[in-house]
Formats: sequence, C-alpha cells, structure tokens
Amino acid sequence: MKKTGISSRLKHVFFSSVLLFLLPGCSDRFVLFDPAGPVAHTEYRFIVLSAILVSLVVIPVLGLLIYIVIRYRDRPGNQAPYQPNWTDSKILEVIWWGIPILIVAILGVFTVRDTYALTRPPTNQKPITIQVVSLDWKWMFLYPDSKIATVNYCEIPTGVPVQFVLTADAPMNSFWVPQLGGQMYTMPGMEMYLWLQADRPGVYDGKGANFTGKGFAHMNFQVVAKPKSEFESWVKKVKASAPALTNEKYNQLVKPSIVNRQSYSSYPTSLYQNIVDKNGGKYWHTNHEHH
Amino acid sequence: MFNQLVGYLREADPLIQMSAVAIVFTLIGIVAALTYYRKWGWLWREWITTVDHKKIGIMYLICALLMLFRGGVDALLMRTQLAFPGMNFLDAQHYNEIFTTHGTIMILFVAMPLLFAMMNIVVPLQIGARDVAFPFLNAVSFWLFFFGALLFNLSFVLGGSPDAGWVSYPPLAELSHSPGPGINYYVLSLQISGIGSIATGINFIVTILKMRAPGMTLMRMPLFTWSVLASCIVIIFAFPAFTVALALLGLDRIAGTHFFTMQHGGNPMMYVNLFWIWGHPEVYIAILPVYGIFSEVVSTFSRKTIFGYKSMVISLMLISVIGYFVWVHHFFTMGAGPGVNSFFSVASMAVGIPTGVKVFNWLFTMFRGRIRLTLPMLWTLAFIPCFAIGGATGVMLAAAPGDYQFHNSYVVIAHFHQTLIGGAVFGLLAGMYYWWPKMFGFKLNETLGKWAFWFFNIGFYVCFMPQYALGLMGMTRRVYTYPAETGWGTLNFVSTIGAYLMGIGFLFIVVQVLYSIRYGERDTTGDPWDGRTLEWSLPSPVPHYNFAQIPTVHGRDAWWEMKQQRKEDSLFSTKELKPIHMPNNSALPFFMGLAFFVAGFGLVFNQFMIATVGLIGVVVCMLWRSLEKDTGHWISVDEIKQMEAS
Ligand code: HEM
Ligand SMILES: [Cu+2]
Ligand SMILES: [Cu+2]
Repeated sequence: MKKTGISSRLKHVFFSSVLLFLLPGCSDRFVLFDPAGPVAHTEYRFIVLSAILVSLVVIPVLGLLIYIVIRYRDRPGNQAPYQPNWTDSKILEVIWWGIPILIVAILGVFTVRDTYALTRPPTNQKPITIQVVSLDWKWMFLYPDSKIATVNYCEIPTGVPVQFVLTADAPMNSFWVPQLGGQMYTMPGMEMYLWLQADRPGVYDGKGANFTGKGFAHMNFQVVAKPKSEFESWVKKVKASAPALTNEKYNQLVKPSIVNRQSYSSYPTSLYQNIVDKNGGKYWHTNHEHH
Repeated sequence: MFNQLVGYLREADPLIQMSAVAIVFTLIGIVAALTYYRKWGWLWREWITTVDHKKIGIMYLICALLMLFRGGVDALLMRTQLAFPGMNFLDAQHYNEIFTTHGTIMILFVAMPLLFAMMNIVVPLQIGARDVAFPFLNAVSFWLFFFGALLFNLSFVLGGSPDAGWVSYPPLAELSHSPGPGINYYVLSLQISGIGSIATGINFIVTILKMRAPGMTLMRMPLFTWSVLASCIVIIFAFPAFTVALALLGLDRIAGTHFFTMQHGGNPMMYVNLFWIWGHPEVYIAILPVYGIFSEVVSTFSRKTIFGYKSMVISLMLISVIGYFVWVHHFFTMGAGPGVNSFFSVASMAVGIPTGVKVFNWLFTMFRGRIRLTLPMLWTLAFIPCFAIGGATGVMLAAAPGDYQFHNSYVVIAHFHQTLIGGAVFGLLAGMYYWWPKMFGFKLNETLGKWAFWFFNIGFYVCFMPQYALGLMGMTRRVYTYPAETGWGTLNFVSTIGAYLMGIGFLFIVVQVLYSIRYGERDTTGDPWDGRTLEWSLPSPVPHYNFAQIPTVHGRDAWWEMKQQRKEDSLFSTKELKPIHMPNNSALPFFMGLAFFVAGFGLVFNQFMIATVGLIGVVVCMLWRSLEKDTGHWISVDEIKQMEAS
C-alpha cells in the first residue's frame, strides 16, 4: 500500500512523541528524568515507581471501560447478557477495595522511607553550606566559608553534599534546580534547609518556582557544578578579582529589578542575619526553633 | 475614589478600555430591551424576588455559564500569550491579573454555582419535598453569590484586578507588595459569596435530613442526594477556615493589623494553612456532587440499578472525611519535616482508594446493562478515563518525594485541570444535559451536542497532555513568558491549539442551547430518559409546588419501582388532594445582597462612609425580616387541579 508523504510524516511525529513519553531519559529536555545527583536520583526513582503502581489501576480501568461500552451497548440484537437487578458482589467489592489499599500501602512505605531519607545529607562527604536569598526578582548566594557572594548563579563542587540555607528578602519563593533535586520554599524571616548534590559536572538550570509578582518569570539562575579543584580556583578568582558587596550595593540589589549574573569578593559579615531578622526572624529566635 | 477610578481607566490598556465601553453598551441594551418589551415586572416578580428552588437553580446555572465564558476567555488569552516563546501579547502585569481572575472565577464562580444549580434544581425533587428547608435563606445565598461575583468582575474595569494568584499568599498579597484595590476586591467578593455558600451548605443538610418523603430512609436516598449531603458537610467544615483567612487578610490590608505580615510577629504560613484547610476540601466540594450525577446517569442509561450502593455511600463519606486531613500536600516544600509530610502524603493517597472504588462500581453498573450513548452518558464515559488519569497523577503528587519535583510545575496544572474539567465540568455538563428537560421542558439537540462533545474532548487532551510533559521539562506555572532555549515552545503551541478547540466546543454548546430553545424536542411525558428517581415522576417543567401529593417511597430507585408495579395512578390520584402551603416571594434577599455589595465596594476603596451605609442596609434587612409577619400562602385544591391538568 502506498502511503502519502504527509501521513507517514504524521506517523513519524506520532510515534516519536509516544517514544518521548516512554523513553524520556533519551532527551535532555526532560530534566526531571535526567537526574545529575543523588537527591534528584532518589526522587526520579520514586516517581517512576509511583507511576508504575498507579498504572496498575489505571490500565485495567481503561481496558474494562472500552470492553464494557462496546459489549453492552444498547444495539438491536445485542446478545450480551442483561441483568438489570444484579447489584452486588461481595467478591468483586473485596477485590476493588483490596487492590487500591494494597497499592497505597506499598507506595506509602516507599514514601515514608524516601521522605525521611531526603532530609539527611545525601552522602558522607564533608558538606559545604551556601546561603540563598530570594529577592525581587533575582537570587543571591552567599558562601559563609569563603565569604564570597554571587547573584543569579552559583558554583558548587561535584560529589560534595551542599546544604542550601534558604531565606527571602521579598515575597515567598521556591528554590528549584530540577536536575539536582526537588524544591524548597524561601520565606522572609525564616530559614529553610535543602540538601542537594551534583555528581557530574555541568550547568544546571534553576528557577524560582513560587509566584512573586511582575518579574517572577525572569527569576532564573544557574548552578555550575565542577570538580573540587576547579571550584576552589573559581573561589580564589572571585576573591581576587570581584568587587565587594557593600550594604549600599545590597540596598540597591534588594529593590525590585531584573539583573544579570554578578560576583562579589566579600559581603558584610552580618548581612545574612540582618536579612532574616529585619523580615521578622527576630520574632522566631526566642521561643520557636523553626523547622 | 472617583478620581482614582477615572485615572485607572484613562491609563489602562486598550483591551480594558474597550471592555468598559462594551459593558456600558450591554447594560444600556439590556435596560432598553427590558423596557421595550415591558419585562421589568416579570423579571421582578418571577425571578428577582423568587424563593422557588428551581428558579434559583436556573439563575445559578445562567450566572455560572456566563462566568464560564469569562473564565474561558481569560484562558484563551493566557494560552495565546504562551503559544510562542518570548511572545508580546500580554505583559506581565496583565498576565498575572488574568491568571488570578481565571482561577478564582473558575473555582468560585463557575464550579460552585454550577453545583448549587444542580443541587437546587434536583435535590428537593429527588427526595419528594416541596422546596428546601429554608427557601428565604436559599434566595439570600443566591444573591450573596450574585453580588460577590459582580463585585469581583467589576475589578477588571474599576481600579484593577487582583494579581497575586487565586491563592493570594501573603506577603505578596499584603499592602507592602500589592497596594492597589485588586486584592481587596478578591477578599471582599469571596467573603460575600462565601457567606452564601455556608448558608447553602446548612440549608441542604437540613433539607436532606428533615424533608424526605415518607418511606425514604437514608439508605434509600438517591446517590446524587447522598453526594450533595457529603459535599455540604464539607462546606460547613471547610468554608469557615476560608472566612477566617480572608477576614484576617482583609484586616491586615484595611485596618492595618499584622496577622500575616512579616513584621510585628505576623506569620504568612498561617494563611497558607488556613487557605488550604479550605482549599483542598473545596475541590472535594466540587467533585462529590459530580460523583452523584454520574451515579444517576450511569444507572439510568445502563438501565440497571447502581452497583454496590452501600460501597458508594461509604466511599462518599470517607472522601468527605479524609479530604479534610490532607491539606498539607499543597505545601510539602514549606519545611514541615518528614513526619508531617509522611502523614499527609499517606492520607492524601488514601483518598484515592474510595475514589477508585467508585470508578469500579460505575463500570460494573454498566456491565451487563444496556448502554445508551446519549449526551449525559457520553460526558460520563469521557469522565472515566480522564478522571482515572487525573486521580493517578493526584496520587503521584500526593507522595512528598515526587511532589518536591512536581510542585509549582505544569504537572500540577495538568493534574488539576484533568480532575476539575474532566471531573467537575464534565459531570456538571452531564447533569445539565440530563436534567435540562426537567428544568425547561425540552431536550437539547443531540447532534450539536455531539459536535460540542468531540471538540471539547479532543481539545482537552491536546491542551493538557502536553502540559504534563512541560512539567517534566521543568516549566514552572504562572510564568507569563519563557525563552526559546528552554525548548518548551512546541508543546506550548500544541497546548494552545487544544485550548482553542475547547473554545469551539463551548461555542457549540451555546449554539446548541439557542437552537434547541426554538427547535428542541419537547418533553411531554416528564420522563424523557426512562428515569429511576422521583424527579422523573413529575411533569416538565415542574409546577412550583413540585408534588401535588407527596409520594410514599418503598425502595431505592423509587420511580422505577412505581413504574414496574404500575403504581402511577396512586401517585396522581386527584381525589385526595389537599391545599398546599408555600412560602411567599420576597425582595429582601436581593436588597440584602445589594447592601453587602455596597459595603464591600466601599471597603475595597477604604471608603468607610459607603461601607457603613451598606452595613446599615444589611442590618435593616435582617431586622425587617425578623419583625415582618410572613406566614406564606396556600394553594387551593382547584388551582392544583388546574395546574396538573395543563
Ligand atoms: C485522588 C485524588 C487526588 C489526589 C491524591 C490529589 C492530590 C493533589 C496534590 C498533592 C496537589 C498539590 C500538588 C502541588 O501543588 O504540588 C493537588 C493539586 C490540585 N488538585 Fe488534586 N488531587 C486529587 C484529586 C483532585 C480533584 C478531584 C480535584 C478537583 C476537582 C483536584 C484539584 C486540584 C487543584 C485545583 C489543585 C491545584 C491547587 C493549586 O495549587 O492551585 N484534585 N492535588
Ligand atoms: Cu517557615
Ligand atoms: Cu489538595
């Protein structure tokens, strides 16, 4: 049979899109299926598992639906049995209460396991800490160990757990680097903790995921992961060549605007604590050990 | 305030200016038409002052369809802006206002009134009652909804729409970040319509528990009535949380308090919790009655008693109870700790169990039945796969480790449209087609309805399936634009095409209604579908006292049994007719809504004089009602005979 060019083209598009769904690992665009570190990997494995488990209900439902509608349609001469008063079956009820309960139980066990696991450092390496402040509409990163600061990008060493400590000097946002792991809110006056780690070098897109007004769509940043030695020389370079972040500069930065990447060789020691305190953090210190 | 409004309109974008002009012309047109055809008296007597549950239901339906149109236009504007990377159709501010009003309108001014429409029109008929328990309160609920919706929609042309998302989280929604009147509109209009919703919840619980016909025990109640009961229980437990959240946010904005600010010890996380303590149950408020509709439709059009009635009732009740303990799944990423997140994950997944059970029971109601593919049944059949997938992705979102990645991405958008459109909207359309002959006395044209059905359904999948993929590609929700390098362009374009297909589907429904008003098949029997429950024992449209004689019920599917045993005669025996007592019409609900509207409008602009006048109006209406002597009226046997004969 001869096929017209268009229909085989369409077929190609159709099958390749189905394939895209089935084998998403092949495409680097599907960032959720392309984990670059242990945290994202745990979450990826979990997502696949949960998809398989829910399919165990969805696929039979779809199959049954098609079968039943075709077989029991009200057509003249339909020979299929008709039992208008058959309304109960203990066995069937047990089956369809039982199967979902079982599936939820299995999924529940894995959920609890992974939820707890994700609060712990992903590996035993000595971690580094980066403080993150979401601003309108940009991201600021502070390195308390080396005292350097960056805006809209940060660099991390590969193979090392990074503890991100998150806060905001603007409305609540959410810090998300899909290839490294799931997100965590940044909230003014509060501190949140998120473990991430990159195992392979690369540039990973990060984004503000929680709506914060006009410039929200532009709150993107990059996480650059490189081997430890290169990371250290990057730190040295910033320390040596970048300008200092002063309080005046910060006061400019905090105003609503969209900016490019920036690097700073130092920042005022109390900058981070002041940001948390002035946004209400001072009310939390005394009686409330948050999170 | 006046200057502020004029200033806003003068500076506004041409789209808004044009809408303002269009609104003024439409109003002039409506007033002129009513005057020309001398319809003012009719409008006032038959509709505005009515306390008849069926008419109130129809008014809800009309408002909901109008709001569906508005919300749909919002959706198309958004999808147009997202069709290509770097598109310049809407700017950020405009886009933010539109996605905010879209979400708010769709949930509170489309889903809720559609559901109230069905409840109002059907429940008293299904349980063999003359009206709801509190007809006057029912009218108050409607007018509070109406004026709440009006106030919300005015924001578009008068001062600026809310722009902090339908969730309006502080501190973004506080004065510090949203100084204009937009969020005030949000707070006050939802507060006003919310009071109406709580009253409706109470009204229908009492109606269902106290007004059933003799013989209709709880376990003989039609499943739609059961589902309304479940939904109303959720309303009265969930809405007060929203009332509190809105009240405190309103106080922050208008009276300068600090409940949710960052300063002076306020805590925005409190708002997030209060919001979702209402917000999650809210989605079950919308979906539960729809489960009831599907149960009625599946049973009628398979010519079979519903399978597993007891399971159905138990699962309805389980959903309404468990649904109240899952709200944290909307913010697993707010740092609640693994214990809390685990608890709420498992509880959320557990909601999927009774939901799955219902799906199997529907399937086995059709099994060994005779399936007629009428419009209500088509929408029901389309619901099953759509909701199965939506529910499955819900379970995936409910598990915290997965949700850390999905949260705030397009996966969430795809999930909730699949459940809200594929569930609530499909269901309410099924219900609308099913009960339309009962409401208006004629059927809607099947052919046009099928065109609508296919456009809408194909459009739905074309629109929302790519959004799952976009979520997996890391596309975050609520962005008004994205750069080409993201690679999101193609799928967004496909999604936009789907949205337009759905728009065409909606237009087919409009044409179908207009066409059928003139040419639709008239329903002379009152039982066009060979129905099973009591509403089909009545003529269409139903006389305003509903039942000339309250029937006695002997089993489930009461009307079906009566038909089987040829007991029709006993239903309509004119010998034993007695005069019927009915409540009087009243203009007070309308004026009470109007007074709330004035108060709300004043508060939006911090005009306390206007607000005070409005609130005094509310108090006067309440006093008037408390002091007036209104004992209703009687319909004589002769009148009833006349009505039944015609
Ligand atoms: C099996 C049942 C369901 C489960 C387990 C479930 C679970 C979830 C979860 C976990 C989220 C939050 C995702 C996130 O923001 O990260 C969510 C969002 C949502 N769901 Fe469901 N869901 C279910 C059914 C429904 C139904 C029946 C509806 C509506 C009729 C619905 C409407 C929504 C809406 C509107 C949102 C988005 C709220 C927002 O962030 O604006 N869901 N669902
Ligand atoms: Cu916090
Ligand atoms: Cu929820």
